[in-house]
Amino acid sequence: MKENLDISIEDYFQKVEELKNDGYEMMVDLTAIDWFRKKEPRFEVVVNFLSVSKNKRISIKVKLNDELTIPSITSLYPSANFYEREVFDMFGINFENHPDLTRILMPDDWVGHPLRKDYGTGRIPVQFKNAPKVD
Amino acid sequence: MEEYKDDVKDVDFWATNSEEGGWNISSTDEGSQKMLEQEDEVTTKIQMGSEVINDYFIDDDISDDERMILNMGPQHPSTHGVLRLQVELEGEVVRRVQPVIGYLHTGMEKTGEELNYFQGPTNTTRMDYLSPFFNELVFSLATEKLLDIEVPDRASTIRILMTELNRISSHLVALATGGMDIGALSMMIFGFRERELILDFFEKTTGLRMNHNFIRPGGVAADLPDDWQKDIEKILKVIPEKLKDYDEMLLDNPIWQGRLKNVGILTTEECLAYGITGPSLRASGYAWDLRKMQPYSGIEKYEFDIPVFEEGDVFARWRIKVLEIFESLKIVEQAMANMPKGPFKIQDKKITPPPRKRLDESMEALIHHFKIYTEGFKVPEGEVYTTVESPRGELGCFIVSDGSSKPYRMHVRGPSFCNLQALPVVMSDSPIADAVAAIASLDPVLGDVDR
Repeated sequence: MKENLDISIEDYFQKVEELKNDGYEMMVDLTAIDWFRKKEPRFEVVVNFLSVSKNKRISIKVKLNDELTIPSITSLYPSANFYEREVFDMFGINFENHPDLTRILMPDDWVGHPLRKDYGTGRIPVQFKNAPKVD
Repeated sequence: MEEYKDDVKDVDFWATNSEEGGWNISSTDEGSQKMLEQEDEVTTKIQMGSEVINDYFIDDDISDDERMILNMGPQHPSTHGVLRLQVELEGEVVRRVQPVIGYLHTGMEKTGEELNYFQGPTNTTRMDYLSPFFNELVFSLATEKLLDIEVPDRASTIRILMTELNRISSHLVALATGGMDIGALSMMIFGFRERELILDFFEKTTGLRMNHNFIRPGGVAADLPDDWQKDIEKILKVIPEKLKDYDEMLLDNPIWQGRLKNVGILTTEECLAYGITGPSLRASGYAWDLRKMQPYSGIEKYEFDIPVFEEGDVFARWRIKVLEIFESLKIVEQAMANMPKGPFKIQDKKITPPPRKRLDESMEALIHHFKIYTEGFKVPEGEVYTTVESPRGELGCFIVSDGSSKPYRMHVRGPSFCNLQALPVVMSDSPIADAVAAIASLDPVLGDVDR
């Protein structure tokens, strides 16, 4: 019921166009993974498509190069609009030809991209060494 | 005029005294009133949808003086939470809409990477706060798929029972707030009154009215309480009666019909293009329900129908929620009649903590308990995307595991986030009074949008 495909960044837009003509009417999810210091290349974009007529799902995975740029598929699937803005906001990945690539969840003047692995969570580590003694 | 201009220097008011550590305020997006300046073909398509239906009055004589940008929200009762809409008005006609979201963003996906799988449902349950069980269920299903385990029958049936009750309570809130937005204030009182019945049962079972953390990887947290059948029987008896009252009040009401019919139309093509799922898609004439097409937790064993409407207007979206409550009641009744006996969580010491009693008797149980509560259980490497049919549409959970006890990446596909993209399509070229009805019919939950 579910297929996974690895696509190179050059074929990405063309493959999505083929999928759209192939009966995958919906783009349900678009997100990214940050493999910081674990894998090369660092970022991967994962797109999930759904065909309601054939009851099938397909998942496309694209490895990004160092320029962190990938073509936008908003012209094919308007539902990609918010998702691409979210990935831009959270990972700093640029989508070419996106109509309005701005931050969506964070404030406009925010610095940094929160879902990257090198962005701290602001958690203070618990230290028991110098804890006061309880008598 | 020219001379005067020279005299005025560009003094940044806030930047004065900056040398002595004065104010240095950077700009924020608050108060900026800008729509997109260029409108090319793609943008127009995004704003207006693929197919514009000319069923609204459009007065071409309105001068540019009457064109203004209005901010609805974020603190506005009819925007269902902290949704802000920049609306471009011409007279009383909405021309363009831009949703501005993120006011409730707390970085729950980032938090999800910090918590282990055992703590995960505590986090996800707070996303869509009107249907918390679905959030827990989708996270648990994803984890179980990675672990390659199957939960006992009783656990699956309890999950179905609780989620379908949750669908009823969530739809009741949608009906209540939708009625309030249009002016049927008694509907608001009625909807919340009946929801209370279900929330009481939730409180009895899980200990909490919202954010239950009840469905966990490996099963559910606790068994159903004693005499739970009595509570369910009461729900099954009371809610259909009250729904009849709603129909008596609203179904043939000329004001209600006049406000809702032929308002905010979404065609099937627009729904598919914008990724809209759930009741809104079914109200537009496409019978797509994940419970039937891609079943989970054994829901294929139950008999129920999928209500479908062709109109795609606000009235159809309201009506479909009422009918779905009846269908959910059918499932609840069957789940109650066929509740299997047995354990309510998987009997795997590595995944489920031992019962409290065993801790006093067995050293091994104590060790397992300690390991689960401090480190959590390890999940094999892999990636998984699971979906359930939440009251708002397809709720998906995408988990990437690197073999440790915490998810490497946890992403939740919230249905409200996607459905919100249709707001410009639904609202544009309609009077501003209909805009509120259109927002209410899409039923966005901002906790699910912002995460």
